[in-house]
Amino acid sequence: MAQMTMIQAITDALRTELKNDENVLVFGEDVGQNGGVFRATEGLQKEFGEDRVFDTPLAESGIGGLAFGLSIQGFRPVPEIQFFGFVYEAMDAINGQMARLRYRSGDTQHAPVTIRSPFGGGVHTPELHADSLEGLVAQQPGLKVVIPSTPYDAKGLLISAIRDNDPVVYLEHMKLYRSFRGEVPEEEYTIDIGKADVKREGSDVTLVAYGAMVHACLKAAEELEKNGVQAEVIDLRTVMPIDLETIVQSVEKTNRVVVVQEAQRQAGLASYIVSQIQERAILHLEAPILTVAAPDTVYAFTQAEEVWLPNYNDIIEKVDKVINF
Amino acid sequence: MKRVLENVENQFETFQILDEQGKIVNEDAMPDLSDDELKEIMHRMVYTRILDQRSIALNRQGRLGFYAPTAGQEASQLGTQYALEKEDFILPGYRDVPPIIWHGLPLYQAFLFSRGHYHGNQMPEGVNALSPQIIIGAQYIQTAGVALGMKKRGKKSVALTYTGDGGTSQGDFYEGINFAGAYSAPAIFVVQNNRFAISVPVEKQTAAKTLAQKAVAAGIEGIQVDGMDVLAVYAATKAARERAVSGEGPTLIETLTYRYGPHTMAGDDPTRYRTEELDNEWEKRDPIVRFRKFLENKGIWSEEEENKIIEQAKEEIKAAIKKADEQPKQKVSDLISNMYEELPAHLQEQLEEYKAKESK
Repeated sequence: MAQMTMIQAITDALRTELKNDENVLVFGEDVGQNGGVFRATEGLQKEFGEDRVFDTPLAESGIGGLAFGLSIQGFRPVPEIQFFGFVYEAMDAINGQMARLRYRSGDTQHAPVTIRSPFGGGVHTPELHADSLEGLVAQQPGLKVVIPSTPYDAKGLLISAIRDNDPVVYLEHMKLYRSFRGEVPEEEYTIDIGKADVKREGSDVTLVAYGAMVHACLKAAEELEKNGVQAEVIDLRTVMPIDLETIVQSVEKTNRVVVVQEAQRQAGLASYIVSQIQERAILHLEAPILTVAAPDTVYAFTQAEEVWLPNYNDIIEKVDKVINF
Repeated sequence: MKRVLENVENQFETFQILDEQGKIVNEDAMPDLSDDELKEIMHRMVYTRILDQRSIALNRQGRLGFYAPTAGQEASQLGTQYALEKEDFILPGYRDVPPIIWHGLPLYQAFLFSRGHYHGNQMPEGVNALSPQIIIGAQYIQTAGVALGMKKRGKKSVALTYTGDGGTSQGDFYEGINFAGAYSAPAIFVVQNNRFAISVPVEKQTAAKTLAQKAVAAGIEGIQVDGMDVLAVYAATKAARERAVSGEGPTLIETLTYRYGPHTMAGDDPTRYRTEELDNEWEKRDPIVRFRKFLENKGIWSEEEENKIIEQAKEEIKAAIKKADEQPKQKVSDLISNMYEELPAHLQEQLEEYKAKESK
C-alpha cells in the first residue's frame, strides 16, 4: 500500500495499463512531454515513448475522431479532453459517433475508448472549466460515465474503464486531485463499473452522491451524527449505469433519501435517480425524496463559487426536512 | 505587402487526361492500365449507373428507403476506389455507397442500409469500410485516426474518405486534414464537388476559387481533378496512395463532378435551384459517354458488351432486393443486444421485458 493523491492514483492506473497492453495509447493537448496540465500523465511519455503517449493539435473534435479511427485499427485509445467544458467541441465525436459504433455496425465494430477529463468547482478556474456536464453524456445510450471520489476508486475504476470494450467517459473532479491522500495498492486491481460503494453506513437517511459531493455528504453525516441522525452515504462511482440495487437496498433500510449533486438542478443525474427510486421503492418511503443541487444558472463567476456551489450545510438542511417531514 | 491569393490559386489547375470526346490530352499522365482493367472500370461505371436508375425506381415504389442519387459521379466514386487495394480502408459519406459496394459490401446489404436495417451495416469480415456516414465531416476526423492507426501498425495501406463541396465548410473537414498532416498519416481525402449542397451552390460555401487549395491550410498536397474523367481520377488517387504508403503523408483531391439527380429521394427538387442549361452542360461531360468513346476508339468495347452488363446488373439487383426482403425483421431485443459487449443492469432488465413481449 502507498499513500497517494487521486492524481497520482490516476497516473499509476495509466502506467499500469500502458505496461499491460501495447494497444493502449494516451493522447491529448499537452499530455506528452509536458505531462498534462495537472501532471496526470507525468513521466509516461518518457517511460513508454512518443508512439504511445503523444500530443495532439488543439482541436477536441479532431481528438475524438482520432480516438474513433484508432479504435478501428484495434487500438485502445485513452484521449484526454483538457477540461470537460470543452466537450461541446467533441460532442458529435463522443455522443454521435463512438457511443453508437457497436450498435450501428450491428456489433461488428466497437470503440474501446476511455475519455479522461477534469471538471468540478471550488478551485477558482476561469470560465467553462468547472461545469458539471456529466448529465449530457449520461443521456447518451452507448456510453458509460465514471466519476471517482477517492484515490483508491480512481485507480481501480480507471483500469476497468480502459479494459472495457465500450466507450467510457471518466471524469476527474479537480478539487479532489490533490486535496487528500488515501491508501492505494501498488499492484493492479479493478473496481466494477456500475457498482456503487457505501462510504458510510447509517440507518436514518440515505445520501446518494458522486464526485466532490461525496465528501460534502461525509462531512454532513459527521455533523448529523452529533444530533443523533445516522446517515448512510452511497458513492455512486458510476453515474451511468447507476447501481439502483445498492440504492434501493439502502432506502428499504432508511426509508428516507436525499440525492446530492454539484450540477444544476435541471442537469446532472439527480432527477433520473429520484424517478428510479420512486418506481422501485415508493412503498418504503417515509418522506419525499429531496435533492441538493446548484441553482439553475450558468456556472458561477469565480468569486461567486462559494455562495453558489452546494455544500454540506445545504445537505444538512435537506436531511432535516426529510427527517421531520 | 505581397498579395498571394492569385499565386496560390494558380497552383490548382484542373488535372485531366481524357477530354469530352474521349481523346487523351495528357499522354504523360496516362496510368498504366491493361485493356482488361480499362474494361473493368467501364463495367463498374455502367453497372453503377444502372444501380442508380434502379435504386431511384425502387425508392419510388417504396422498396428502398433513404437514397442519395449517384448518376454523374461514377468516375469520381469508382476511379478513386479502383486505385485502392483490398487492405485500404474506406470511410464513405452518405452518397458513397458505390465505392463500398465495389470494395466488397454485398448489394443486398447496401439495400438494407437504405431501408434502415442493422444487418446492412455489418461489414463482412475482410471488407475494410465503415457504413455511410450521415454527419457531414465526421468521416474526415475518423479517417485521420484510421490512417494514424495504419501508420502505427506499420501497414502499407491507406484510409480514404469522401465528402462533398458543402462538407468542406465543416470544422471536422479542416481538423481531419490538419490532423492527418500533422501526423503525416497515410490518408486520402476526396472532395466530390458536384457544385451543390442540396440547393446551395458552391459559390455560397466559400470565396476560395478551388476547394483543393484548402489543403494549403493543412500544409498537405492538394489536387483538383476533372471528376468526370475516370482516368484522371484514378491517376490522382493512385499517386496519392503511393505517396501515402511511402510515408509522405495525406493528399486532398477535389473532383469536379455533378449529380444528375436530386440531392436525395426525400422530396428534393433540383429544378428549384438548378437551370436546364447547367444540367445540359454537365451531361455533355458524362463520364460514361466519354470513357465509352475512348474504349471504342481502342476497339475494346461494344454495345453488345455494354448491354450484357446492363442485363447482369438488373438481374443482380433483382436478386439482391429479394435477399433483402428475406432478411428477418428487427426486434428491440436485437437492438438492445448490439449496444454493449456486456449489457448494464438497466438494459438487461429492458432486454427481458422485450423478450417477453416478443415471445407472445
